Amino acid sequence: MATASTQPKGTKPNTFRSGPDDRGHFGIFGGRFVAETLMPLILDLERAYNEAKNDPAFHAELADLNANYAGRPSALYFAERLTEQFGGAKIYFKRDELNHTGSHKINNCLGQILLARRMRKTRIIAETGAGQHGVAVATVCARFGLPCEIFMGKTDVERQKPNVFRMGLLGAKVNPVTSGAGTLKDAMNEALRDWVTNVRDTYYIIGTVAGPHPYPELVRDFQSIIGKEVREQMLEREGRLPDTLVACIGGGSNAIGLFHPFLDDENVKLYGVEAGGHGLDVPNGHAASMNGGNPGVLHGNRTYLLQDDDGQILEGHSISAGLDYPGVGPEHAWLKETGRVTYVAATDQEALDAFQMCTTLEGIIPALEPSHALAYVEKLAPTLSKDNLLVMNMCGRGDKDIFAVAGHLGMKM
Amino acid sequence: MSKTTRIDRRFAKLKEEGRPGLVTFITAGDPDLETSKKILLGLPKAGADVIELGMPFSDPMADGPAIQASSLRALKAGHKMRATLELVSEFRKHDQDTPIVLMGYYNPIYVYPNEEFLKDATAAGVDGLIVVDVPPEADDELCIPARKHGLNFIRLATPTTDAKRLPTVLTNTSGFLYYVSITGITGAAAPDVNAVHTHVNLIKKATTLPVAVGFGVKTGDQAKALAKGADAVVVGSALVSAIEQSLEPGGRSTSKTVASVLDLVQSFAGALRTG
Repeated sequence: MATASTQPKGTKPNTFRSGPDDRGHFGIFGGRFVAETLMPLILDLERAYNEAKNDPAFHAELADLNANYAGRPSALYFAERLTEQFGGAKIYFKRDELNHTGSHKINNCLGQILLARRMRKTRIIAETGAGQHGVAVATVCARFGLPCEIFMGKTDVERQKPNVFRMGLLGAKVNPVTSGAGTLKDAMNEALRDWVTNVRDTYYIIGTVAGPHPYPELVRDFQSIIGKEVREQMLEREGRLPDTLVACIGGGSNAIGLFHPFLDDENVKLYGVEAGGHGLDVPNGHAASMNGGNPGVLHGNRTYLLQDDDGQILEGHSISAGLDYPGVGPEHAWLKETGRVTYVAATDQEALDAFQMCTTLEGIIPALEPSHALAYVEKLAPTLSKDNLLVMNMCGRGDKDIFAVAGHLGMKM
Repeated sequence: MSKTTRIDRRFAKLKEEGRPGLVTFITAGDPDLETSKKILLGLPKAGADVIELGMPFSDPMADGPAIQASSLRALKAGHKMRATLELVSEFRKHDQDTPIVLMGYYNPIYVYPNEEFLKDATAAGVDGLIVVDVPPEADDELCIPARKHGLNFIRLATPTTDAKRLPTVLTNTSGFLYYVSITGITGAAAPDVNAVHTHVNLIKKATTLPVAVGFGVKTGDQAKALAKGADAVVVGSALVSAIEQSLEPGGRSTSKTVASVLDLVQSFAGALRTG
């Protein structure tokens, strides 16, 4: 069987679900590009995760927390009015915004906090952009009684105030990061600097399917519960698999969670929606690393990056703090190269419009991140037949965004 | 490596002279290309035995505030990787003996791309590479190709590099081994001298390579203490901080910039030469 790493470009692998290889590669992407200080720990983490994966007790504990703490399974909801509005595919939302803490991020945090406990780490750190991951980390740290520090860009601290407040309530220390543009990339740099300094007692809960191996793999595995549930729910509901899946992509954890269980179902079309910001043709004006970037190495992995021709990383831009990152998970980079997933982009304005439409037609206030996915559904659904079953991952709720949206719409609160 | 390199020859000479070497780090293009060139050309006379030249990167994850700022100063002044290599070519017109090691992160090399970079770096007179985020697990990426070009690939060993991992770190390392005296970023907490000695002794038992100790070295006395049992001491953050302190409020270099760095190098060199 062809493995991810030996697959020649342009040919089709036997399976899209076997990656990464034992060095963490998805094709040429992924890997472990970290400083030596962190290498022993990264190798420990890999061992600990491999043991946990094969331990029924680990899975049982996680399943219990997922069901009774996070509130899984999340509902699969038929969005009837949007389906009518768009006049094409039958649109379902996977309601991961109904999870405890309001997004899909809790899926990963519950898995990783159990790993941290197995590894006997006594301090937790994390980076956050929109603050959804930060809140989820602060939540599991409160639940398990571990001290926690969250690194968050100064710009994001400003535009995501409700989440900063929530993290504080949960007992986490939020460290605003002033380097660079003060967004997610800079928060990740600072978290890595903290980790290198406190490597012996600290566990770093990375929030997306990026970073050094084994993070992209383990975060994907914890998020794959989304797609597994969709499979079962759709079979039960419609008696067959969905035809089309759509999810937004920043680092790409909610998207890979939805896509991965379907990667080998050839007839299921997969669409990842990147943040188009002011437009893909505006230099440094978007955060669409696959549609507007090139392969490079950052934050422990090789992947598509927004960068200049001298290899310096660009800041990028998105209205959504959660998508405002110049890279993307390496598995997505590989799925793009192999053509299995189609990656598109939605602009700030399109996302804002979709945000309002969803709120008024479905009574669901979406986060700005999945509003990007919905903006693409608006374009895609009318081109599909009425029996096309489309599932969009509603990966977060918009409560955190109302202040920012009010600003963009010129409204006073 | 069959052929001796400039780095091998320099460490052999230091051994002959019976003194620890001074390895100095500055960032190429900091605060601007002209000033950076003057500093670089003045380093050997000020007492630098080996020169580490930083390749500026927008996201220096393993560096503290001082080196982050120096990288950003260079990039703000419009510095490009080609200018780093041109600085080395210029240096080689004046100095054929002092080794230059380029230090930085992988992405600017990867984008160059690798094979072109190795060719151009060798032609410019570069002797070695330290690429912080390419571990031994990825030796086939850059380390082995670099050695084929005759470049030394210098690895970092850290307090977390235990006896079990050390052989992995040493496998393809050549030139010297850089022992990172703390778990942390450059320019952070002062190292614990005794713990460093213990670890350096362990490393010395495992390899015949020279060992340079660095990260967090701020004073001559500290340098002298860390040098015991090692072959060289690396000073970096202190030097780029001196650059920063010499600048105008707007960030432009002043008449003091070059001298303030070279004077500091001289004082470190002096401290290491007094038995």
